[in-house]
Amino acid sequence: MTEPTVFAPWDDPDAKPLIRFQGVSKRFGSFTAIDDIDLDIFEKEFFALLGPSGCGKTTLMRMLAGFEAPSDGMIMLDGQDIAPVPPNKRATNMMFQSYALFPHLSVFDNIAFGLRRDRLPPEQIRARTEEMAALVQLGKFTSRKPHQISGGQRQRVALARALAKAPKLLLLDEPLGALDKKLRQETQFELMDIQEKTGTTFVIVTHDQEEAMTVASRVAVMDHGKLIQVATPDAIYETPNSTYVADFIGDVNIIKGRATPGDGRVSIAWAEGQPDLTSQTALNPAAGTEVFLAIRPEKVAISADKPAGRANTVQGKVLDIAYLGNISTYHVELAGGQIIKAQTANTDRITRRDFTWEDRVWLSWTDTAGVVLDR
Amino acid sequence: MRRYALIAVPYLWLLALFLIPFLIVVKISLSDTEVSIPPYTPTLDLSGGWQSVKDFFAALDFENFVFLTTDDLYWKAYLSSLKIAAISTVLTLIVGYPIAYGMARAEESWRPTLLMLVILPFWTSFLIRVYAWMGILSNEGYLNQLLLSLGLIGEPLTILNTNTAVYIGIVYTYLPFMILPIYATLERMDGSLLEAAEDLGCSRSGAFWLVTMPLSRPGIIAGCFLVFIPSLGEFVIPSLLGGSRTLMIGKVLWEEFFSNRDWPVASAVAVILLLILIIPIILFQRNEQKQREMDQ
Ligand SMILES: Nc1ncnc2c1ncn2[C@@H]1O[C@H](COP(=O)(O)OP(=O)(O)O)[C@@H](O)[C@H]1O
Ligand SMILES: [Mg+2]
Repeated sequence: MTEPTVFAPWDDPDAKPLIRFQGVSKRFGSFTAIDDIDLDIFEKEFFALLGPSGCGKTTLMRMLAGFEAPSDGMIMLDGQDIAPVPPNKRATNMMFQSYALFPHLSVFDNIAFGLRRDRLPPEQIRARTEEMAALVQLGKFTSRKPHQISGGQRQRVALARALAKAPKLLLLDEPLGALDKKLRQETQFELMDIQEKTGTTFVIVTHDQEEAMTVASRVAVMDHGKLIQVATPDAIYETPNSTYVADFIGDVNIIKGRATPGDGRVSIAWAEGQPDLTSQTALNPAAGTEVFLAIRPEKVAISADKPAGRANTVQGKVLDIAYLGNISTYHVELAGGQIIKAQTANTDRITRRDFTWEDRVWLSWTDTAGVVLDR
Repeated sequence: MRRYALIAVPYLWLLALFLIPFLIVVKISLSDTEVSIPPYTPTLDLSGGWQSVKDFFAALDFENFVFLTTDDLYWKAYLSSLKIAAISTVLTLIVGYPIAYGMARAEESWRPTLLMLVILPFWTSFLIRVYAWMGILSNEGYLNQLLLSLGLIGEPLTILNTNTAVYIGIVYTYLPFMILPIYATLERMDGSLLEAAEDLGCSRSGAFWLVTMPLSRPGIIAGCFLVFIPSLGEFVIPSLLGGSRTLMIGKVLWEEFFSNRDWPVASAVAVILLLILIIPIILFQRNEQKQREMDQ
């Protein structure tokens, strides 16, 4: 018997989802904000909803919290349809995009607000509130009012308040949007830590792909109210199912061409008078159909001489160099005018640069480096 | 230098339009009645030099204030005014809060129109509006006609010339002063606070009492002072709508001044009224100050 060591209930056909969306749509008048979504979210998951502004992330979240009802379909929590349950009776808590802290109450009273509604004994409320304040490192600030603490602290109060009732599901709507980059990164790790400690299922909304990749067990990429891809961060990054996802997550080169299928591979005619590109793929496109080769900049090697034994080699001219400290990105213009980005790690301090502007260089990558996409 | 000039403007304004008139009133309240023009002595005559200034101050005394304590009419009038002002304030709050709440909850495109409607009565004269109420409330007035024709009452209700009519008049007149500050606090309240309260287990009504109400408190306090302070000294409404038994200090003041032509006693009544009003005015200022600090 083999114990599963990795946390992947979504691969287990017997696992019961905590949340199940079944054909859920939401329309505002004639506008469709959520378009026929099917989705399972499992217990203890850290699930990220990722997508551009206005794609329906908040709406999806508000349906879970109970502030919007689906126009079509059904949402189930623990196998129960939650449509008839009002927001104040749901085992979900939400951390609002604006934090929505009560300005007239102290930090302590904000965190204790939900516990008091459950009419718990006072000593229990006190103990739980103090535990939560300590968890988010606000033990010393409990008597302050929200306007007397910093933005980062407010955000932690909002988190503690949402966690205090130990909800089955915690909804976080762009929780770190207002923080600067450094504080945001710290808080991301804090969030993961808290999620691990409490074992709560988190659904986080973000439009920051890096954030989604950092914290999430799975990421759902949304566009115009539809789920484009739902997968683990590495699967989303390495095997996106569309150019939309590939482009949305990280940096990518996309080369369009006509396919010539082979055995488990395709050749792609991408420019007049240039040798075909080749890549392994499970996809089996008909001959002559339009396909896209998506390849990450860090998988493209750059050299002065034509490298031997690489599946794909193209020649071009250095257009631009972006030095980012740890890495350099070269923008190389190919014969057809297409621009390809290639990244190299700066493992040495730059005493010499191999290439400079206008240099003719060779780009190369293997036949497993890229992903062939048909949309 | 320019900064001082700028600050000096409101102070000069206060000095000219409040402090100097007030000092004149205080001076008259310390004088004695006299059948002359002006109807009091002494008057300051600077041509007599230092001696006449000394005589002037020597002639001033607190006689009129002592007189106010000997006749129980005055303190009864003060107390009755306080009572009527307090009850009217509470009634205005009860009527005004739901209106302000409804306005703040209305569609955003409707709000300017609703605000306009609240302010609209100010476009006609206050006096005409109070006269209109006489036409509505009198025994043969519109209200009684309506109730009689509906068969709700057998004979006309006596409303005009009672305290009820005074309450109606004050609530009607000062309602905008209650609605506007409450509306201002409710309108800028973040709607997600109510959702957060519901999310944490509050019912709708619970969220109202635990979140909406406390957050609109500064507006309630401001509105209450804005109604209480002017209605305490109110004269027109009690004299037009109230009866002979409606005792308010504004009416007493008017009678002392115009019927008895006793300017010194009338001034003493006014000075005491002002001293009574200073307490709520200071409290009101405090409330505003605190509100500003919260907003920062
Ligand atoms: N109450 C509403 N009435 C009308 N349209 C709405 C409402 N709520 C959201 N929308 C629309 O639905 C779309 C999705 O909104 P939202 O879920 O807030 O997007 P996101 O959070 O991804 O930025 C937007 O185009 C928005 O204008
Ligand atoms: Mg949003």
